[in-house]
Amino acid sequence: MRIGTGLLLGLITGLLWGTIAVAITGISLTLITGLPATPIISAGALAGAVNAAIIMLRAPADRTPGLYLVAFAGVIITMMLVSFGAPFSLAFSESSLIQAFGVGLIALAVTFANRAVLIDIQSGMLKRYAIDLVIVRTLKGFGFVFFSVIVILPFYVMVMTSLKNQQDLFLNPLDLSIDLTQGAASLFDSYVELFTKFNFGRFLLISTIVSVCTVLITLAFSIPGAYAVARLKFPGQTVLSSSILLIYLVPMIVLVIPLYAVFSQLGLRNTVVGLLIVYPATTVPVALYMLQGYFRGLPAELEEAGLMDGLSRLGVIWKITLPLALPALASVSLYVFMIAWNEFLFAFMFLDDPDIFTLSRGVVSLNSSEVPRQHLMAGAVIATVPILVIFLWFERFLVQGLTAGSVKG
Amino acid sequence: MPHPTTQNSASTPPPRKGKLGPMARREARLALWMLAPTFLIVMGIVLFPLLANFWISVKPVKLSDLRPPTPVVSERVRGDFEIPGEEFEIQYRLRNSSRKGDIADVVLTDTLPAGITVIDPGDVCTVTGSEVRCALDGLPAGERTRLKMTAVSDESFATNPVSPRDSEPTVTGTAENILTNNEFTLDNFARIFDSNEFWSVLWVTIAYTVFGTLGALVLGLFAAQMLNKPFAGRSIIRGLFLFPYVAPVIAVAFTWVILLDPFNGTFNAILQRMNVTDAGINFFGQRALPIDIFGLTIEFPLALATVIAFEAWRYFPLSFLFILARMQSISSDMYEAAEVDGATPLQQFWHISLPQLLGILSTLFLLRFIWTFNKFDDIFLLTGGAAGTRTLTVDVYEQGFALSNLGAGAAVAVAIFILLLVFAVFYFKFIHREDS
Repeated sequence: MRIGTGLLLGLITGLLWGTIAVAITGISLTLITGLPATPIISAGALAGAVNAAIIMLRAPADRTPGLYLVAFAGVIITMMLVSFGAPFSLAFSESSLIQAFGVGLIALAVTFANRAVLIDIQSGMLKRYAIDLVIVRTLKGFGFVFFSVIVILPFYVMVMTSLKNQQDLFLNPLDLSIDLTQGAASLFDSYVELFTKFNFGRFLLISTIVSVCTVLITLAFSIPGAYAVARLKFPGQTVLSSSILLIYLVPMIVLVIPLYAVFSQLGLRNTVVGLLIVYPATTVPVALYMLQGYFRGLPAELEEAGLMDGLSRLGVIWKITLPLALPALASVSLYVFMIAWNEFLFAFMFLDDPDIFTLSRGVVSLNSSEVPRQHLMAGAVIATVPILVIFLWFERFLVQGLTAGSVKG
Repeated sequence: MPHPTTQNSASTPPPRKGKLGPMARREARLALWMLAPTFLIVMGIVLFPLLANFWISVKPVKLSDLRPPTPVVSERVRGDFEIPGEEFEIQYRLRNSSRKGDIADVVLTDTLPAGITVIDPGDVCTVTGSEVRCALDGLPAGERTRLKMTAVSDESFATNPVSPRDSEPTVTGTAENILTNNEFTLDNFARIFDSNEFWSVLWVTIAYTVFGTLGALVLGLFAAQMLNKPFAGRSIIRGLFLFPYVAPVIAVAFTWVILLDPFNGTFNAILQRMNVTDAGINFFGQRALPIDIFGLTIEFPLALATVIAFEAWRYFPLSFLFILARMQSISSDMYEAAEVDGATPLQQFWHISLPQLLGILSTLFLLRFIWTFNKFDDIFLLTGGAAGTRTLTVDVYEQGFALSNLGAGAAVAVAIFILLLVFAVFYFKFIHREDS
């Protein structure tokens, strides 16, 4: 081993990985099992550095599995020594199996992370390229951990809170463990109550109807429009196709007051029909923009052949263009469905009658001090699950549609 | 691009510039027909309200004015109408539904069953055949009045008696509607700009928009850079990273509120367990957090920063998606050449990736800036505009609905629209770089 910037960088990344591993494992242990664990950060940090130092003992070519095993053991020993045998500030006799598992997990994660970062890094003086490599790898690894935590934690808390009861939550907000012995009936208490007492079955139905109708109306409006903009020549075509997206930038909140006033006078305000006028109007421009981009990409020769064979323009659209554009239709439908399902502002402003609440509006009505918070979270889960399932099913379409059609570049 | 009508160009001379041939005219007509429904719905629901906002903003409209005064009528019969020849009384009770507005030209019409004859129609009613028509000059605010008619029934009626109440009387009247009259005032604007609050709301909006946009862009760039190179499970992680954007705003907003609850939120419990703080931090409720740096105390706008963090969290997936798509289309040749020349990964990012991404970053900045500026639901659900987080959009709701002053709300909306317009013009003139 030579001493140089390589070793120094290794020690620093080791410190970082040790800190992250012990913090995340410790907190996860508490959240999942309910143990009152307080991870000792300094122990983890030192253990990470020791791990990196052991790996750096040998040149990259000579690093055998045996060396990594020693490094792995180094983490466990260091953590135990520095924390006086209590790496989570708990007596090791308490849930020793879980604690041992946690320490093992930390050692594994630290060894894996250090190996990934330092795999071809010398311990001696490094060239600028190698230094950059270590920094980039560390940042990347840190990014994975960071993004995973910020995305998973809220959704985890949302689901687990909905399965707990109020007293447990107030007693220890960190304990999100689920007591499976209580049986499914009491576990899903708040869900059952939402559907039996709070009319959530109906909200679900209304949201589905509103979203599906919005998709159908939007397609009915935007397909002919997009075709006209993409394929037909008419005066003002270029101005129109570039100004469509401007409509999409108009603030919804600016539309609320006039629409509220006019819809109140027309008796459309507290109705599903009112929503079915407003939602398509706000989604048609972006759907039209996405579709016309796709239509332009289709080969015009096929359509010309259809015209030559005596099909009318509408026949060409129905028999040739639409079947070819199915992926685009799927992505637009999904996007519009998502917007309609998640819409909050108009549903909140327009609907007063609990018989025609959409899910968004229904969940907002749970946000009061009289309704326990696990009900609120259960409502959030009910609103989220359908859209997430549909999204995961059609993710490819959505990603394609969003990136290909809606914004150029 | 080959034109669909080119097959006819052999027989007809090519149309001259500015003049359309018959085929082209037909095509243009078809195009306009296909676009007409879109035009209509966008005109009606987007462009009309946009203009209507300017109209409402110069009117003293309150929320309660949306229910215009209407005449309400109820009909009664006093006496026994089933006995032939016996006199009885038909009464119409009229009421003005509003306590503030007058109604003019009130006209009541009703149909009497066959066999009933009106002897005395009263002062304002006339009877022709079975039709009753009563006309009043006006019904002042809050006024109630009765119209009485005396009538008798005959033998034919007695065999088949029908209550006169079975036919519903209709009543019409014209009331002044504040939305359509010619009363204009600049009070709404004066009210808004005079209050000190407006300027602080404006600053909050600008801070929220700028930092929220930059946060979402930087996080998105970071995430895209991580997922640029293929690895096992990449598509799963990409799907996972899109969750915050796909989930309904009500779900994620309330989750954050509960997660960051000062008394029994999980995040505060974690901080306390890790000995970062002693007491729970009220992330969404505390306006300023004093921070001591070398004896200098800085008031850190805590609630606003938390709301901005939420904004960056919720919208980084969108920028991540666009940046990733652009990154994937950069040819790998450049990186290989740079690698041969000994450029380090950071240099490659700085000198190859970033310049290539400038176009999409610029477009995303514009879009996200405008959308963040327009954002209402996130802040409204997280804080309701409390603790120094009230933005212009929340102010529209606050003025228009919480204080039920629609005109003032519309005035704020007008301010939003004009600010956006100014920003867009400025952006396209000085900053925007077209991606080629």
